[in-house]
Order: sequence, then structure tokens, then C-alpha cells
Amino acid sequence: MTHDTTFHHGDPVAQTQPIVEMRDIEKHFGNIIALAGVSFDVRPGECHCLLGDNGAGKSTFIKTMSGVHKPTHGTITIDGKPMDFSSPRDAMEAGIATVFQDLAMIPLMSVARNFFMGREPTIGKGPLKRMDTAAMNEAAVEEMRKMGINLRGPDQAVGTLSGGERQTVAIARAVFFGARVLILDEPTSALGVRQTSNVLATIDRVRKQGVGVVFISHNVRHALAVGDRFTVLNRGKTLGTATRGEITPEALQDLMAGGQEIAQLEGSLGGTV
Amino acid sequence: MDTTGIIPDERLKREGIGARLIKRPELGAIAGVILVTVFFAITADSSMFTLSGIMNFMTPAAQLGILAIGAAMLMIGGEFDLSIGSMVAFAGLIFGACTVTFGLPLILAIPLTLAVAAGIGAVNGTIVLKTGLPSFIVTLAFLFVLRGASLVGLKLASGGSTQLRGVRDAVEGDWLAPFFSGDAFGPLFLWLAEAGLVETFKNGRPKIPGIPVEILWFIGLALVATYVLLRTPQGNWVFASGGDRTAASNSGVPVRKVKISLFMFAAMCGALVAIITVMDSGSTDARRGFMKEFEAIIAAVIGGCLLTGGYGSAIGAFFGAIIFGMVTIGLTYTNFDQDWFQIFLGGMLLIAVLFNNYIRKQVTGER
Ligand SMILES: Nc1ncnc2c1ncn2[C@@H]1O[C@H](COP(=O)(O)OP(=O)(O)OP(=O)(O)O)[C@@H](O)[C@H]1O
Ligand SMILES: [Mg+2]
Repeated sequence: MTHDTTFHHGDPVAQTQPIVEMRDIEKHFGNIIALAGVSFDVRPGECHCLLGDNGAGKSTFIKTMSGVHKPTHGTITIDGKPMDFSSPRDAMEAGIATVFQDLAMIPLMSVARNFFMGREPTIGKGPLKRMDTAAMNEAAVEEMRKMGINLRGPDQAVGTLSGGERQTVAIARAVFFGARVLILDEPTSALGVRQTSNVLATIDRVRKQGVGVVFISHNVRHALAVGDRFTVLNRGKTLGTATRGEITPEALQDLMAGGQEIAQLEGSLGGTV
Repeated sequence: MDTTGIIPDERLKREGIGARLIKRPELGAIAGVILVTVFFAITADSSMFTLSGIMNFMTPAAQLGILAIGAAMLMIGGEFDLSIGSMVAFAGLIFGACTVTFGLPLILAIPLTLAVAAGIGAVNGTIVLKTGLPSFIVTLAFLFVLRGASLVGLKLASGGSTQLRGVRDAVEGDWLAPFFSGDAFGPLFLWLAEAGLVETFKNGRPKIPGIPVEILWFIGLALVATYVLLRTPQGNWVFASGGDRTAASNSGVPVRKVKISLFMFAAMCGALVAIITVMDSGSTDARRGFMKEFEAIIAAVIGGCLLTGGYGSAIGAFFGAIIFGMVTIGLTYTNFDQDWFQIFLGGMLLIAVLFNNYIRKQVTGER
């Protein structure tokens, strides 16, 4: 496997202040310890990849960042100020947008209504304040087109979309609202080749606009294509953070598999993993 | 939905108006109204569809419909309230006590009654949301609690009887009374009678003195609820909260607030029915609103609400309630036995649920 140099990576980001900084985050669900002290930060204009095996705690971790879970221990600071999100809405208002692994879509509702759910644009004043449905429809179709998907119509119910189309709605929505931090939890798992490269290109584009991107993936190629830094989680703990160029794809892949050698496996499969 | 400015896609078959309409949740109820109208046009005495006949069935339809709109909004938001029937009795007691026992003017008695109802709705909602128990079981408990409290309270307020009289005298002459009791547009109907445009008695008075206020409340509420559901962000939140609570919350919808507000709204609909009917009859009793929670839910389901939430319409519940009113009253205009009503009710519910299930599959393209 070779380095993917499709995208131009920004200057070293080490000097800039992080937008979001998470310190020693622990999350317990009853007697289950999902996170046992994870530290992580995102800086403006970088793509920080969060990698790890199934059940490592990646989704749980980003959910504490996006206000879904309250951490059991640990602190979250935004621009150096301590933050205590009590709902995903709070996190959104702080400029953090998330594509959840389960996408957070309502199948019975139209694409346009899903796209703006919770943040509907309005026109009119006072009691006549109402949803700007025309703007919603146009924006939904337009944003989807930018991601390489031509919708049949903005009033199509999300339940009738294909898995990849649905995933693209979630990504387009997050990109549209992700003012400062964009969190993507396995956004490309159901996408076609063209849509995947579109998503990677979008990550690159918003990064250049100064947005901090948190990218979760099981695909080393995708991670290496856009990542500036790589943090590996294993069994609720960080195995460490590597900067782009510091680490070989092979070493990263081994880390992602929980530190176990998958070289033998790779050998037996003819190096296709 | 407005789709101007969006280029049509070649992968879309041109949808006939029929296919498009069938995806509207209220279609079933509208079809039902037409069906029932045709049925009674054939079988019932022709006086059923005169102006006074229409007022005759629209009055009970409106009283049920106000509840049904509250129930429908709550169902779209993914919850049930089985206590709204008992709430009518309990709010009737509160209202009766305010006006008769404490002699409060309506400007205080009405907001107080609505506030008590809203408070109980909020308690219902908070228990459901905090415990994660199904709203079905929590509000079933309140169905009994409120009915019992109405009985106990009435005995206390009236000194041993389960009826509290004297409301009419107590509210006599109150400037707010015409908004909640009697008929509206009286002078208009007098004028229409003089012009010979409406039926009159021999002495020249119009046969119907005006439009009963509950009908106006009913229509007004249906319009406002429909507007809120389809055109405001809050309406979008109701659909989202009912469709998938976690997904809605993760997308920034304040699900808890939405659901508690809906519980409060449904309870206040019960209180409004209580205020109107108690002022109309001049007394309140513990049987008020008996079984109305079920009828309201049935009207909402006939109106296209899914029992699982996230789909439905207020205008559908509006027509669902009209079907109810037409059938209950309409049977008296026919030679049929009144007791057919129950059979009709069950049959209608079954058809509505089957129809809604089919529609949902059409809309979601369920595979
Ligand atoms: N709500 C919950 N209650 C109990 N345990 C939970 C809960 N959420 C997550 N966990 C546990 O926490 C651990 C981490 O889960 P998480 O979803 O964060 O993994 P992940 O790294 O995202 O995995 P994947 O790559 O499969 O998406 C799992 O063992 C899971 O069982
Ligand atoms: Mg995950």
C-alpha cells in the first residue's frame, strides 16, 4: 500500500489552539466501562482521524463530544472555556455537527424535513413565523447534488432512499451546519466509489475553510487519504496519537486492529486487507 | 410541498393526482366522510342535511373533535393520553368549584382550569419521559386517578352529591361567557331569517339561533393545529419526536419539551371541552367525558394517525370526529337501531388501521 497523495495537506497544525479539547473522558453505562480515560483534541483546519476496532469506544467518545452522552469523568473545553453540553442542541449551537453512525434520520419524513430537522429556516415575523419550505427544498436538493447524488425530489421520504443516499443526506446536512467542528462516524460505510471520493474531497474542502474534522473510519486508505493526525482507541483507551508522515500505513493498520499483528492474516489473504 | 425551481428527475413516473393524494394521511377520513354522507343521504330522513340537522351532528362532533385534535397531535408526537376523558370530568370539577364554590369570574376561572389541566398533562409527560415507561400505562393510571378524584372532589364541593349545580347562575352576565357557551353570530342568523335565507319557525325566528361556539373552537383549533404541524419548525419537531425519539434528539430537536408540551396541550383540550360543556349544561358531574379518550383516539386513527407515531394529521382527526358525530346522530334519523353505533365504531377503526398500515408502506416504501 502506498501513501495516497490525492489531497494537499495543510501546514503542520501543532501551533494552533484546539477548538475542542477533551481531557481524560470516561464514560460508564452502569457497570460497563465504555471509555476509560480518553484525551483528544481537534484544531481548526485539520482532519483528526479516530481509529480502532469494533467496540473500541469511538462512537461513544464522539457522542460525548456532540452532547448525546454526558461524560462520567473528564472535561470538555471549547476555545479554552469549559463546556457542559446537556443536549445535542447545545453542541450544535457551539458549531459542532455530527454524522452519527446510525445517521439520526426519520424514515417517515421527507428529505428536506430531515435535512433541516431541529434547525428549520423561517420566514415571517411573530405569529406568522413559519418554515421556509421553498428554501428548505432547494437547499436540500442542492447540497445533495454537491455530494454527487441527484435526488428524485426533496419531498421523497427518507425511508425510500437507498442506504448510501441516506448516508449522504446525513453527511450533507452535517457539512451544511458544521460551522466549526464536523464529526463523521463511519460516513463512507455504505457509499459508492464516486460518493466516497466526494466525501473525502468534502472533508478536504471544509478543512481548508478552517473547520476541524473528526473522521472515524475502519478503512486505512480513507484515513490516510485525508487524515492529518491519527488517534487509535482500543478497549476504551487511547493507544496514542500519530501525525501524518510519522507512521507507516502498515503500523497504523496494526494499531487499528487493536495492536495485534494482522500480518499473518494479510499474508493468507494475499495482501488485500 | 412546494417544489418549484427544482428540475424533475427522469427516474420519477409522473404521479397521478390519485397516487399523490393517497399519500396524504387525512385522505382516509375524507373518504369516510363522503361514504357516511352518501349512506345517510340514502337511508336517513332528509332533515338530517338541513342547516339545523347539520348543527345537530356537528355539535357532538365538535366536542369530541377538540379532544381528537389534542389526541392526534400527541399521537403524531409518539405518545398516548388515555386520561383526557377523565380530564374532562376533573377539569369540569375544577371549573365548577372555581365558579360556584369560590365565585370567581370567568377571566380567572377559565385560565385556572386550563392551568390545572396543563399541570396534570405536564406530570403525565414528565413521568413518561423520566421513566421511559409507555405512555399507555402511565396515562391509564391517570384515567382512574382523575375519574376518582372527580368523584371525591364533587362530593366534597357539593356536600355528598356527584353533581355540582349552579354554574349557569354563577357565570350569568359574565362578559367572557359568550366565547365559551351558546351560539355565535346570532344577529347574522336573525338577518338571514328576515331575508328568508334560512329556515324559520312560524313566528319568524330562525330555527337555529346561531352557530354553537364549540363548532367554531373545533374549526379554529383544527386550522391552527394543521398550520403548526405543516408550516412551523415546531410542527416538524412533533413529527420528528414521534418518528424516532433518539434520532430527533441527536439532530437537535428538544424532544422532551415537545412531548411535554403535547401532553399539556391534550390535557388543555380536555379542559376546554369541560368548560364549554359545563357552561352549556349549567352543572358538572363525575361521568363527564366517560370513554371519550377512546373515541378521541379512534377519531385520530381514522384521521390517519399511526399508533407508532410520526405520521398523521390534525385535519384528519377533524374529519374523523365529524364521522363520529354523523353516525351517532345520523342513526336517529334512520330506522336503524341506535346500537349499531358500536358495531360501526369497531368496524371503522379496523378499516382505518388496515388502511393506515397500507399507506405507511406506500410512503416509506417499506421493503
Ligand atoms: N448505551 C450503552 N449502554 C451500554 N453499553 C454501551 C452503550 N453504548 C456503548 N456501549 C458499549 O461501549 C462499547 C463501545 O461502543 P462503541 O459504539 O463506542 O464502539 P465503536 O468503537 O463505535 O465500534 P464500531 O466500530 O463497531 O462502531 C461497546 O462495548 C458497547 O457495548
Ligand atoms: Mg461506532
